[in-house]
Amino acid sequence: MQRLKKPWTDHRAELLLGAVSLSTGLIVLFMIAFVTARAWPTFAHNGLSWLAPGGSLKVQVEGMLATSTKPPASAYHVRAWPIIYGTLLITGLAVLLALPLAVLSAVFIVELAPLALRRTMIRVVRLLASVPSVIWGLLGILVLVPFLGNHVITAAERTSLQNTVQLTGAGLIIAVVLLTLMITPIMVALTCDALAAVPGAWREGAAALGVNRLRAIRAVTLRAVRPAIVAATVLATARALGEAIMISMVSGSVFFSPRPSDGVAFLFEPVRTLASTIVDFREGLGGAPALNSTLYAFALLLLFSVFVLSLAGYLVKLPLRKYQVRG
Amino acid sequence: MNKLEYAPSAPTQGTKPRTNGPRIHTAHADDSPESPPVLRAAPDPQAVPPVRTIVLDRPPEPVRPPAQREAVRRALDADGPERLRLEDVSVAYSSKTAVRSVSLSIHQGEVLALIGPSGCGKTTLLRTLNRLTELTPSATRSGRIVLDGHDIHDLEDTALRARVAMVFQQPNPFPMSIFDNVAFALREQSRRRPRRPELEPLVVDALRRAGLYDEVKDDLHRPALRLSGGQQQRLCIARAIAPRPEVLLMDEPCSALDPISTGVIEELIHELRRELAVVIVTHNLAQAQRVADKVAFMYLGDLVEYGPAQQVFEEPRAPRTRDYVRGAFG
Amino acid sequence: MSAQGGLSVAAAPRRGRGSSMRTWRWSDRLVWLAAWGAGLLLCAVAAAIVIYMGYRGVQYLRPSLLFSHPQPSGNQAGSGGFLDPLIGTALLTVIGIVLAAPLAICSALWIVEYGHGGRVRQYLTRIVESSIEIVAGTPDILIAVFGVAIFQLHFLRFASEGSEGGGVTGRSFLAAGAMMSLIALPPMFIATRDGLQAVPTHMREAAFALGKTRIATIRRVLLPSVRPNIATGVTLGISRIIADTAIVLVLLGDELRLSPHHGGLPVFNLLRGAGSSLTSYVYDNSPAGEGAAPQKAYAAAVVLLLFVLLLNLAVESIARRQSRSGGSLAIGGFV
Repeated sequence: MQRLKKPWTDHRAELLLGAVSLSTGLIVLFMIAFVTARAWPTFAHNGLSWLAPGGSLKVQVEGMLATSTKPPASAYHVRAWPIIYGTLLITGLAVLLALPLAVLSAVFIVELAPLALRRTMIRVVRLLASVPSVIWGLLGILVLVPFLGNHVITAAERTSLQNTVQLTGAGLIIAVVLLTLMITPIMVALTCDALAAVPGAWREGAAALGVNRLRAIRAVTLRAVRPAIVAATVLATARALGEAIMISMVSGSVFFSPRPSDGVAFLFEPVRTLASTIVDFREGLGGAPALNSTLYAFALLLLFSVFVLSLAGYLVKLPLRKYQVRG
Repeated sequence: MNKLEYAPSAPTQGTKPRTNGPRIHTAHADDSPESPPVLRAAPDPQAVPPVRTIVLDRPPEPVRPPAQREAVRRALDADGPERLRLEDVSVAYSSKTAVRSVSLSIHQGEVLALIGPSGCGKTTLLRTLNRLTELTPSATRSGRIVLDGHDIHDLEDTALRARVAMVFQQPNPFPMSIFDNVAFALREQSRRRPRRPELEPLVVDALRRAGLYDEVKDDLHRPALRLSGGQQQRLCIARAIAPRPEVLLMDEPCSALDPISTGVIEELIHELRRELAVVIVTHNLAQAQRVADKVAFMYLGDLVEYGPAQQVFEEPRAPRTRDYVRGAFG
Repeated sequence: MSAQGGLSVAAAPRRGRGSSMRTWRWSDRLVWLAAWGAGLLLCAVAAAIVIYMGYRGVQYLRPSLLFSHPQPSGNQAGSGGFLDPLIGTALLTVIGIVLAAPLAICSALWIVEYGHGGRVRQYLTRIVESSIEIVAGTPDILIAVFGVAIFQLHFLRFASEGSEGGGVTGRSFLAAGAMMSLIALPPMFIATRDGLQAVPTHMREAAFALGKTRIATIRRVLLPSVRPNIATGVTLGISRIIADTAIVLVLLGDELRLSPHHGGLPVFNLLRGAGSSLTSYVYDNSPAGEGAAPQKAYAAAVVLLLFVLLLNLAVESIARRQSRSGGSLAIGGFV
């Protein structure tokens, strides 16, 4: 039987559309390839100990600013652990705070709020989700940092650390709080959609078993949306990892690893993350090879961790599937 | 047609007609020679086709042999204590009356079937008995419903539903394991959370009473959603009866199931009525005949007839009942 | 059986006694309280932001700022307004949307119309969808870094200026706009794809039955019917572009005013040049940038926030016009 021929306009259109669509895939490939290529010299010179602590990152990076177009091998020496630690610390704390806040808010919006309040809450969440990061940073640096610096940090804390670092108020706690507020709306939106999609049959069944409302929510509904909560957490963590502008504005712009052993002052110590370092040293992109390659290496590490995060989210959702409805 | 197909051929006085569904021929070894012949491979086109029989690959297993069932049933002919009483109950959904002035009495040890055509208000009436209609904001209710002497309006809704359980039309097991499903009410209704060793015997007992234990006992921690439809419905029944309610409400429990599962569940209802009062809504008249002790026929919100099953089906008083039961409308 | 008596049904009480919270477990009461607290906390934060920005806006925002050029100056009174940053934001938005729209619409069309049937096609569909997901999940700073890597290549020197030493700066409106298109791509793609998937099959079948080719169907039937979805996607894309700062800081050079390239075509000169956007203006005028001009930073930030809120309202109104029932719980489109 002869294959039906498509009209040639259709065939051409299909090829054109297909080519355009696949170009996105090409862009992604190029992105990975270019960043890896530019970052390669750093890894070649430092090996895996690039990730380890060692020496002062401040000295290393700022030393690179002065290098020329053909730097000696020693100029590539960098140990990035302080900012890796900063990234993990800030992201971890923010997600830890955002998760309960988001789940509770979502439960409130979908289950507990009266109808008029629910509509307002949806608008509130949309508003918070669309505030640009530079405005979060602006409010942080112009309102929160002076407040902390003038009214909260005590002179005793300042003197105890005066030989290591200067406490200006711009530091860990403000970055974490603002980052939490930035990623919560994403999680709330996804969780709300999932809660609203829980089949009414389960709610009715739980009600008919004489279980009070909150128990029904905790025991049935929240269990049913566990995969959605995982997906929301992955998305929020990826967003937190990549946040550069706000952190660069409020976290003190000093290469320092906050030490929990300092007690309360730990919260006020400045910190830098991978993303905020790239923003702070952005003129070095395309400039001297040593700094250029180092910055690309930071970017590659960020890209890698976002991939790993998506994979981890997929893996965590797998065992949850067996209790859900098939298909 | 003036006689329902599934009515038994010779109803005798004193025993309620009870068959287990359509005549099903199973491939037992002890077939009597008079049983109808199995369909032959190449029938003679001129001959009258023989009576077709359905051959099952697995015989249905009754909960107990027929002789014992009769004995149990005869012992229960006296009514148990009154559990639920409805006095002049009306239900409306924002000015549209769904149920109008219904008065009934429900006793332990008997099965009350609510029958009637679609839209007659029987499901609404059922859902009013455990105040599930309150989940709909526009529903209003008047009249009194008394559970063991207490007006249900004054009981807390969670306390009421702990005593009046419900099974729905579509099986709705929670997305958890079988054990967690059955233990759900036991865990969540109490103030103090019971521990696993306390729960296990209760769960096993509920599964046994629901006739599901033998099929799932090898792994109680399997996800409940992997069970078949009939098994899921029995799981829902086990879940509902685990906290030992006084009344069991069933909203067309078999309408989504195949005939074999239906038969199994009807058998189950027959067993359960010893300890509970059962109210079952069904649009299947044959099922009502098989299962019910008392029947209430509703039409467009009114209770048209209420009485013992045999009387309603064979000597209905109201002409409308007679028409419905004989299949004149549905 | 129908005795009259008792209340009429319409006047009857609606609910019986609910379960009082006194019978709840302590952990339930705590969770209930915490849920209310969380919801009200989010409300409070949003209200605080809006009120505070409003207060600062009334304090510092003057219409003259919108129309005067920025001057490099030590004190705030002389530092001019932010006309150039506004133009910069508009330019970036136009470039970004113009580049992203064909990509998004073509990809969505291909996936929905041609993406089924045959294992090769499904494989390709998966590639396209995964790529767009990856782009959606990539932080904007990474996209900026990638942009620099690309546009500093020698063969792309037409897109930006040359720098000393014979290299390419890789920083211009074109470069930044191209990367902005990657930012705007995912929302436009998702909105268009969802709209196309929602078109019922019988519309396509009716067009085919009338003898139209697939491409004609797309042009005449499908695309017009998903216009609101495309509009939603474009609006979401615009709001993401104007809110983005990292790409601007990295890829737009460090000029306060528009500084076009010299020599060559006029419009193209503008695109090849450097400048600033509203977001980079806010950043530069805050203590994080060079500037000690917090008043200007506040003023620009208020303008930015107003734009974002207006775009939000636009999306909401498109969505409401589409589904007359309104009040759906879907917040998801905004993230």
